[in-house]
Amino acid sequence: MSRRENTLLQGLSRLESRRNGHDPVWLKAFRHTALQRVSERGFPTAKDEAWKYTQIGRILDVAFEPAEADASLRLSSAAIDQLAGDLGGARLVFINGYFSPQCSSLKKLPEGVKVKSLASALAEEGESLEALLSRPFGEQTHAFTALNAACAEDGAFVQIPANTVIEEPIHLVFLSDPGAAFPAGPVVSHPRSLVLAGPGSRVTIVETYAGILDEVYLTNAVTEVILEEGAAVEHYKIQNETETAFHIALLDVRQERDTQFATHSVALGSLLARHEVTVGLHGPGAKATLNGLYMPQNEQHLDNPTTIDHIAPECISRELYKGVVDGRGRGVFDGRVIVRPGAMKTDSSQTNKNLLLSESARANTRPQLEIFADDVKCAHGATVGQLNEEVVFYLRTRGISQIAARNLLTYAFVGEMLELIRVQPLRSHVEKLVALRLSAGGVGMVAA
Amino acid sequence: MMLQIRNLHASVGGMEILRGLDLDVRAGEVHAIMGPNGSGKSTLAQVLVGRETYDVTGEVLYEGRNLLAMSPEQRAVEGVFLAFQYPVEIPGVGNLYFIRTALNMMRKQRGLDELDAMDFLALAKERMKFVEMDQSFMNRSVNTGFSGGETKRNEILQMAVLEPKLAILDETDSGLDIDALRIVANGVNALRSKERALLVITHYQRLLNYIVPDRVHVMANGRIVRSGDKHLALELEKNGYADFEQDTAGGARSAAGVTS
Repeated sequence: MSRRENTLLQGLSRLESRRNGHDPVWLKAFRHTALQRVSERGFPTAKDEAWKYTQIGRILDVAFEPAEADASLRLSSAAIDQLAGDLGGARLVFINGYFSPQCSSLKKLPEGVKVKSLASALAEEGESLEALLSRPFGEQTHAFTALNAACAEDGAFVQIPANTVIEEPIHLVFLSDPGAAFPAGPVVSHPRSLVLAGPGSRVTIVETYAGILDEVYLTNAVTEVILEEGAAVEHYKIQNETETAFHIALLDVRQERDTQFATHSVALGSLLARHEVTVGLHGPGAKATLNGLYMPQNEQHLDNPTTIDHIAPECISRELYKGVVDGRGRGVFDGRVIVRPGAMKTDSSQTNKNLLLSESARANTRPQLEIFADDVKCAHGATVGQLNEEVVFYLRTRGISQIAARNLLTYAFVGEMLELIRVQPLRSHVEKLVALRLSAGGVGMVAA
Repeated sequence: MMLQIRNLHASVGGMEILRGLDLDVRAGEVHAIMGPNGSGKSTLAQVLVGRETYDVTGEVLYEGRNLLAMSPEQRAVEGVFLAFQYPVEIPGVGNLYFIRTALNMMRKQRGLDELDAMDFLALAKERMKFVEMDQSFMNRSVNTGFSGGETKRNEILQMAVLEPKLAILDETDSGLDIDALRIVANGVNALRSKERALLVITHYQRLLNYIVPDRVHVMANGRIVRSGDKHLALELEKNGYADFEQDTAGGARSAAGVTS
């Protein structure tokens, strides 16, 4: 292991001693294996295809310390509304990766529904989680995921029993407050969340990641969603960390027969963020929808790798990612669709569109189709373009200033993605964030 | 004088399209500009609303002020409007929202209060009658998936809402069937007033049966080569443009002697 890589690992021994006695034996062994994996494989470099556009030297250069739970950290619910929106349902708040009961509000949920912190789930029913949490890593697992496995102590645990429908969204809010954290200095948190949707159940999960102070910190999050036969999960992820932060995340989804999963990712924050989505379609008749919006500006680098793995036949996948890149920002979309032998009648489409707003803005788009089955329907398309100057001129002849015209057209490009957000209060919250982002360049332009 | 054009030249990529054009338009007048393809009619329209792709020299005074020094949005605020020959599609921007934004930006610039959604809707509904549009147009994206006739009606609707002082109609009749032509012409006629001047650019005389002009100008090779009253249009319909093109190719006749 190189000296650089030591920085992320150096806090581990302290973490280990602190945790001693808490973890069940299987978890100890699992963490040990995960850590070994980090050491063996090392952190990704530019030579790794999947990290080709995203160099992480800047992260490895920082001497991060693992964050610690601190019950004295508190935020008013108004402050949390401001940062993450008030969606009306249950809200679990995590500060620096640790559950904060004081800041959370758990509404009465239908019988059998479990919504709690992973730490308490481990304490109360650790043995039953062994099979779920100690799933062996796949080939693609990289050091950050393994590091999360080795270090994660808390996160959200959501379990919906069979045929249970929850109308109001369950909101998981991950706030970083490095200024208040112990130890002082750059901290890393490793939230690990698990969503189990029982057969025929239906639930909406919203994950929000936000920072409080413009300091350097790293969020290394892993969220796993498992849909049993006939389940439907709608998932949202709003990444609005501060522009000094690093954010590495994996959303891993497993879909059984006749399940429906949709995720909407909105990436606005972080200096460097990589939000990876991997979906395995394991049962026939499953449908996965992946939508994403990323809006890097200034020096931001926002990477969106996705993998949709069609393992079972007769599954559908739909993917639409849009990037708006301004300043010296860089947006990356890397979309893999794999159709395994036997996944006949796969129906897959993938679209990535990028809008560059400045001369120095950059976008990389890489759609990858790997088809090993016959009788499949797969379409994909990618574009990188600029605002249509003809249209800008038309708007100007109608008295709309050049800046307002550009904002209006940018908002129109983004609008399609916002309309896909079906949770109304969340849509309003995101619309505000996007309008704020666009108005930073000039005249404000709010949605119709 | 509302509009005074003197010795206007415009070129693009070294090619001269307008070659010393003169024109005077008073408030309340309707002027038709006719001419063969390539005579510079559309370039004149584009130059008047501030298209930046042309190198322009000469003088254009609008209400006594230097129009050429103004940005496109400033010209709009001052009351200059162009109904485009080919209006652009703007997917994702609702038509109603677009027109309201345009009106309110202009009102703001003129020091007037912005119209709220309800007041604007009432105004838009009233003006939509001018061009026989129903409200379904308003909820669609600007010109997106509109037929040729619908885009032209949408241009006249914008004109009806924005109430310009000088409106330029660039081949608004092209591609319209007779019913659509009648609707568009009725819409334009409803907007004729003492305070408003219209510059109607057209290739064919047909439109002028509906929008009767005070003056008709013939453009060829970047200049106005002849001016007259509405009878000139009928003459052109009969004899075509061939005479004028030959005339100017030889440089024999200039506009000076025949303008009003």
